[in-house]
Amino acid sequence: MLKIVVCVKAVPDPKQERKIRINPVTKTLIRGDIPLVLNPLDKNAMEAALQLKEQLDAQIVVLSMGPPSAGNIVKECLALGADQGFLLSDLAFSGADAYATAYTLAKGIEKIGSYHVIFCGMASSDSSTEWVGPEIGAFLKIPIVTRVKEIIETEGEWWKVKASLDNGFRVVQVKIPAVLTVTRELNNPRTLSFSGIIEARKREITHWGINELCVSDDSVGLKGSPTIVSNMASIELKREVEIITGTREEKAEQLIQKLVEAGVI
Amino acid sequence: MKSSCGAVWVIAEQIGGRILMESLQLIGHARKLADEIKTSVEVVLLGDKLNGQSRQLFAAGANKVYLGNNPELTCYQQEIYTEIIVRLAKEHKPEIVLIGSTSTGRELAPLVAARLETGLTAHCIDLVLNEDKLLEAMVPAYGGLLTITCPEKRPQMATVAKGVFPTPEPDENRTGEVVPLDAPGEVPHRIETLEVIYEEPEGIPLESAPIVVAGGAGAGDHEGWQVIADLAEVLNAALGSTRPAVDEGWTELETMIGQSGKIVNPELYIGVGLSGELQHMVGIVGAQVMVAINNDAKSPVFEQVDYGVVDDCRGFIPVFIEKIKEYWSRNT
Repeated sequence: MLKIVVCVKAVPDPKQERKIRINPVTKTLIRGDIPLVLNPLDKNAMEAALQLKEQLDAQIVVLSMGPPSAGNIVKECLALGADQGFLLSDLAFSGADAYATAYTLAKGIEKIGSYHVIFCGMASSDSSTEWVGPEIGAFLKIPIVTRVKEIIETEGEWWKVKASLDNGFRVVQVKIPAVLTVTRELNNPRTLSFSGIIEARKREITHWGINELCVSDDSVGLKGSPTIVSNMASIELKREVEIITGTREEKAEQLIQKLVEAGVI
Repeated sequence: MKSSCGAVWVIAEQIGGRILMESLQLIGHARKLADEIKTSVEVVLLGDKLNGQSRQLFAAGANKVYLGNNPELTCYQQEIYTEIIVRLAKEHKPEIVLIGSTSTGRELAPLVAARLETGLTAHCIDLVLNEDKLLEAMVPAYGGLLTITCPEKRPQMATVAKGVFPTPEPDENRTGEVVPLDAPGEVPHRIETLEVIYEEPEGIPLESAPIVVAGGAGAGDHEGWQVIADLAEVLNAALGSTRPAVDEGWTELETMIGQSGKIVNPELYIGVGLSGELQHMVGIVGAQVMVAINNDAKSPVFEQVDYGVVDDCRGFIPVFIEKIKEYWSRNT
């Protein structure tokens, strides 16, 4: 049986992310009360797993790291069709950068045991590094393919996929177990209805903390993170504006004249 | 510490033997950082049938080129590329490693960083050294700028957004040392790029466009969006967007400008029907002239541009387009 792990992240709803601000005085984040949702690209990762399960004899395990409230998105994945859900949650895990996050998730995957393929969204909408999927692969010492946009062959232990490049795409052959990070182009993710989301909250998931993972507290969370945010600055982007007035024709002509004088058209 | 400081490294990229512009720009900036900490700039270049490219790297500011030249390295192959760079870094202990935020760089960088057990800052828009000579990488986030540092682990690694550093003026008098790399020997073989297909980009790439037209929620609908697209076409500009325009489905995520999208560096930026949210505006680095067209005179966007036109974009833009065409027919 094919064992699929899907790594998911609870992120502040991207449609409301502009509510998050940097307080220019205290240099801390003003988070507002934005609900946590399943990271958009992780929906594509989940969908890829569900489609494989429809074709093959497969089992889907969903794994997330985050605060206890992130459990809801793991439960939503169970309602979508995953078989088991795990949330890595511990105060010691908080403040993790991509490196410490990938390390903790890799430890979770090792504890889950056997796996054939690990799907991740290419990036999260809130930190957008793209590092977690590849670094999980590095910690597990297995190959990775980033930006998968089509899964061509899944028979046997060599899979064939198509992955996006800046200026085209590549066809890659990869031996499983492997990590595949996926793009929006891969599929159209199914969604839960509102009542489905409420219903999903009744699902059972497994919580693991630092003791269950058997990791030292200086290898996870803020302590296990090589990078730190050493400053946050709100930016002043103010410019001295000249409002161009007149009829539509006059405004258009004046604007063109200004741009010609500035040498930009 | 300063005199015994490791080098500043750039992992250069080539396609068919042609060095990417991004790599030269990184070398130019690496030169500045290296001069500040009195160390050298060293470049890793992997490929096949390479001949003479090192001169181009020296002219951009490199002191040394580690050159892997071998049919196995023709294009990016994950395991062998990672293995070569990791081994080389373990041996020579660079202080800083810079990689371009290209699709290849974004895959290779985290693999190298994890193997070296060090931190990696993503897609920064500036890199400076603080008074302790620690690398400060600037990353747009939450409508502001985060400064990310890697205080303990070495090397300090970062990927750099496209187009944020200028292309250095080549100095053909500069020379340096070429260090040929041996084939890495046994490397696991579990992944292989079978084929690379290059596609002509649709339109002008945002990151390198001299003129960028960006549209936002004020477009109203698909038709309104098309009006903004027409303006971009007439000006031979790249078309960018804000998150609301992407969420509405008028354009693809790839066109989004800002902290979770592309970073642009144009001579002229024209924002149409957008309100100047910082999440979008931080993606516009060093635009020479900025224009906003918005029907709300109180929109915050008018505090962030050089010229403002208060008008409905669907009404104004067709007139603007006609006048641009008229101007050009008179002046060509």
